[in-house]
Amino acid sequence: MTVESTAARSAARRSGTGGERATRAATSGKAAENGKGEAPESASAPEKPRKTAAKAAKATGSAAKSPAKAPAKSARKPASKSTAKAAPKAPAKGGSAAKTSPKADPKTRTRAGGAKAKTSAKTSPKTPAKARANGSGQDEHELVQLLTPEGERVSHPEYDVDLSAEEIQGLYRDMVLTRRFDAEATALQRQGELGLWASLLGQEAAQIGSGRALHPDDYVFPTYREHGVAWCRDVDPTMLLGMFRGVNNGGWDPNSNNFHLYTIVIGSQVLHATGYAMGVAKDGADSAVIAYFGDGASSQGDVAEAFTFSAVYNAPVVFFCQNNQWAISEPTERQSRVPIYQRAQGFGFPGVRVDGNDVLACLAVTKAAVERARAGEGPMLIEAFTYRMGAHTTSDDPTRYRTDEERAAWEAKDPIQRLRSYLENENLADAAFFARIEEESEAMGRHVREAIRTMPDPDTMAIFENVYADGHALVDEERAQFAEYQASFATEPDSGAAAVEVN
Amino acid sequence: MAVQKLPVAKAINLSLRTAMENDSKVLVMGEDVGKLGGVFRVTDGLQKDFGEDRVIDTPLAESGIVGTAIGLALRGYRPVVEIQFDGFVFPAYDQIVTQLAKMHARALGKIKLPVVIRIPYGGGIGAVEHHSESPEALFAHVAGLKCVSPSNAADAYWMMQQAIESDDPVIFFEPKRRYWDKAEVDPSAIPAPLHSAKIARQGSGLTLAAYGPMVKVCLEAAAAAEEEGNSLEVVDLRSMSPIDFDTLQRSVVKTRRLVLVHEAPVFLGTGAEIAARITERCFYHLEAPVLRVGGFHAPYPPARLEDEYLPNLDRVLDAVDRALAY
Repeated sequence: MTVESTAARSAARRSGTGGERATRAATSGKAAENGKGEAPESASAPEKPRKTAAKAAKATGSAAKSPAKAPAKSARKPASKSTAKAAPKAPAKGGSAAKTSPKADPKTRTRAGGAKAKTSAKTSPKTPAKARANGSGQDEHELVQLLTPEGERVSHPEYDVDLSAEEIQGLYRDMVLTRRFDAEATALQRQGELGLWASLLGQEAAQIGSGRALHPDDYVFPTYREHGVAWCRDVDPTMLLGMFRGVNNGGWDPNSNNFHLYTIVIGSQVLHATGYAMGVAKDGADSAVIAYFGDGASSQGDVAEAFTFSAVYNAPVVFFCQNNQWAISEPTERQSRVPIYQRAQGFGFPGVRVDGNDVLACLAVTKAAVERARAGEGPMLIEAFTYRMGAHTTSDDPTRYRTDEERAAWEAKDPIQRLRSYLENENLADAAFFARIEEESEAMGRHVREAIRTMPDPDTMAIFENVYADGHALVDEERAQFAEYQASFATEPDSGAAAVEVN
Repeated sequence: MAVQKLPVAKAINLSLRTAMENDSKVLVMGEDVGKLGGVFRVTDGLQKDFGEDRVIDTPLAESGIVGTAIGLALRGYRPVVEIQFDGFVFPAYDQIVTQLAKMHARALGKIKLPVVIRIPYGGGIGAVEHHSESPEALFAHVAGLKCVSPSNAADAYWMMQQAIESDDPVIFFEPKRRYWDKAEVDPSAIPAPLHSAKIARQGSGLTLAAYGPMVKVCLEAAAAAEEEGNSLEVVDLRSMSPIDFDTLQRSVVKTRRLVLVHEAPVFLGTGAEIAARITERCFYHLEAPVLRVGGFHAPYPPARLEDEYLPNLDRVLDAVDRALAY
């Protein structure tokens, strides 16, 4: 990762003498990808095994066929957005702003921010400086919390859950198994079985708490990181691996578990959720829809438009934003000058911030929001304040943009440990329970490993399948031509296999 | 229903009305489509008869319109979306290209996206900037989408019915300068398949191929050429994705010359693709290179210059002369 990305970065820097050119370099594909450490690892990802010697002989150029493409998002990182904004304010310094802002570590970020605040003191509100000063950019006092990081049960005037010991054990089991699955997937990527993996490490409580608040007839629109929610919807975990292995681009039937396909283009699914919810309302059904997205997505126009549509039509949709503090390398204060949950107010529906590492609070708040939607009271925004403990994806390198201290501080708020402390302190689970879960978790790891290693590659002609529901003349023509081309290898004289056939 | 003489806009209106009567899942949505009936009145009276729940005035946000239409389709509805003008579709381009077009394939065929996106397109009405564009190649290029454009009222009626019945997303390009052109519409006729081309005029010496607004120009050119002793065949392609190459090929094998006409810029336009494929299919039949007449590689000009920019009778005949001169 380091050699290539350094070269790309210095190349980008060389070309970036002026603000505009730097911005272009930063946004024009490879340079930006490498600069963020996204692409190089994918280059070393496993190649597809060649099917026949004849095919391999002709397809010498197929080395580039690695299934591991950097995620679509990386090419359209909003690095240029901030510079575009900054440029008019300080035209002479446009270049330096472009250079410092996207890749700054927390220290230089504060400096850059400070310098910018000076040049634009007249127009910018005062909050950002303050927000940056406290590091997280957000005031944590507003959190709904039912379980402290130490595992102490606390109450909240508006939100509560009344759960049996078994139910709480169930939440613990969900989180442990989800984390185990996630760790296994990360390992499988390192072993070359997956091209990429987006880990949910640290976000288990947000996903299990919200996922367990849903009814079977509710509908989920996930991002690409909702492995815990998928678990709650009974989606076979190995199905989630298909797109990361490169055997499909989604693959499951969204309607069989009311769990839509993973969506990679940031924020797009929030509109789909809203439209689906408008349909639910038209049908007179009393189910709810939940849209997952992140702090980075909160900057997308699609998310703002979804807020508008849902409010105007009073659609039964819950917006569940996992603010995990980082959009790849950009901190939340690059996305918003107010806490994200407060945006709801401007659209005309309630917003609440919940401790995203507290599974009980996430469950309680999401339950309330879902019931509200089901009762016809319209949308609600939940901001689950959490932390992405791992990298953005297996191609990312968080040491470039955040500190070990920050991670350690969040580790002390771990969602699984705090529930375990609670279960132990209150004698809600015994040692045998924890041992059982541990065993189950290892079995899950084995199952996932086996499943991925036996997952078949798709048939080549799958390229042409399901492009259209009603067919398309051009696809038919190209399918036939390609099949003919492939068949031509079987009869080529220099092919040993073909010679046998001819004889 | 009896045969009626209708302008294109009213034929589409009647088609939408019929589709909504036949299928309660058909919805109409867009900016100003309700009370106002759309800026071209294509949805006139529909909200009054079908209610606000089925004829939906939306917030002014094109990505939101298409994105929520996708969600409605996932819920089992068949939304017919109006984008008010061609130049305003681009905020929705992301949703159309990255989401709508691919979702069926991503789900390995397990879900369908029966969404129709109506776009009044093309110039010739003296409009201001962003109201006269022809972006069809930008959509035809995308796998997963189908693109059609009727040239007359009867086709407009039937092609809209068929687009709504299609389980694939269809971008329905409406030639806005032809909205007021009248033709007989027979709602009891048996329509040609949605993606088939039609011979609009028989001829023997050269084929003119076009779709949407330029079919009329080609027919006028053929009539003028006839007076000069040249017999031109006119093919109304009707569909830009897929393209009915078989019908076009038969015509070109017969006439041995092809001139393509569209309002969109010629560079990398639909005409370029057709020229390449017809050259491949008819290489030994062609007496002349396939020529194209269309817009220039320049922004659509201010209205006072659009008569010069748009292909007209003279520019089409000029190309015909050049092709015949080989």
